[in-house]
Amino acid sequence: MGAQMRVYRQRIRSVQATKKITRAMELIAASRVVKAQQRVRESSPYARALTRAVSAVATFSNVDHPLTTESAEVRRAAVLVVTSDRGLAGAYSSSVIKESERLIGELRGEGKEVVPYLVGRKAVGFYRFRKREFAAEWTGFTDQPTFDVAREIGEELVAAFNRPYEDGGADEVHIVFTRFVNMVNQEPDVIRMLPLEVVEGEEPPAEDDVLPLYEFEPGAEQVLDALLPKYVTARIYNCLLQAAASELAARQKAMKSATDNAEELIKKYTRLANQARQAEITQEISEIVGGASALADAS
Amino acid sequence: MSTLQVELVAADRKVWEGEADMVLARTVDGELGILPGHTPLLGILVEGDVRIRTAGTDAAARIDGGFLSVDRDKVIIVAEAVDASQIPA
Repeated sequence: MGAQMRVYRQRIRSVQATKKITRAMELIAASRVVKAQQRVRESSPYARALTRAVSAVATFSNVDHPLTTESAEVRRAAVLVVTSDRGLAGAYSSSVIKESERLIGELRGEGKEVVPYLVGRKAVGFYRFRKREFAAEWTGFTDQPTFDVAREIGEELVAAFNRPYEDGGADEVHIVFTRFVNMVNQEPDVIRMLPLEVVEGEEPPAEDDVLPLYEFEPGAEQVLDALLPKYVTARIYNCLLQAAASELAARQKAMKSATDNAEELIKKYTRLANQARQAEITQEISEIVGGASALADAS
Repeated sequence: MSTLQVELVAADRKVWEGEADMVLARTVDGELGILPGHTPLLGILVEGDVRIRTAGTDAAARIDGGFLSVDRDKVIIVAEAVDASQIPA
């Protein structure tokens, strides 16, 4: 066997092995993305109940809460960046990081100090490599976030928001995550988490859905006090779930195109190997013919 | 007699939904019983059992603190974690 043919054969085998891996990853991501979408749906009754309750309190009482009050002067902003733990998901993490860089630049341009909070090993790696500082990191769960993690993040961010500026507290909290639009489309998105804007256009109440005149137990202020941190946590949880679904969808897409590319490469190398084999045969024939005619001429 | 529509919602899913005659829960101020026709209410619940009474039998679900809203005989109990293993589906 000719040397060239052997090289082609080797390449084909290696690409075939890669193709098996990418195909497996594609299938795994495809099955997980369905579950992730289901989790997003399952968390919505909780979020809806909470939103309704918060807007009921906000509508029927004139309570000012620290979490909803804008600071007079915003000097420091916390930014939560939600990326993935693993790569091989196309531009998923890098587009979130790019969006966060844009936001951070914008905030700095307004004269605010920025404190990053990171979710996912990709963001942590990005910051470590550039020797930048960040306030906190959470890793190891990005394709299957649990509510406990969301609560932890929520508590940390609310605590940072409640701390006065002098003690390193933030006056604003932003979240950069990937919104799951549909299976083929996921967009990096920024929301301002704190101070809260309770009246949101996301889910307008139905026409006949008039909020009743609630009694509050123990009092409107205490109810709001208990509800708002939960509301923040629920929104963070929703962001994490959407990000997880987006990550898996992005990975499925990336792995599908990797598999397609591998198939393409295998086809190309098979052609080249065939050509090399054919060339070798042709050469052998011409050598034999040449040798035979040389013998015939000699005799 | 009318009944209550009860929903038990945890952070990651809707745990239980059904009809009941009475709901007993523990709020910050103390034990609270809800019967059909209760005035609209939003109450903060502390950690403990929520008891749902249907036709004389009690089913208890352990919650880790959350809130409860009552509106037009619809009771929504919301908590971050709900253990409803004792509630028959």
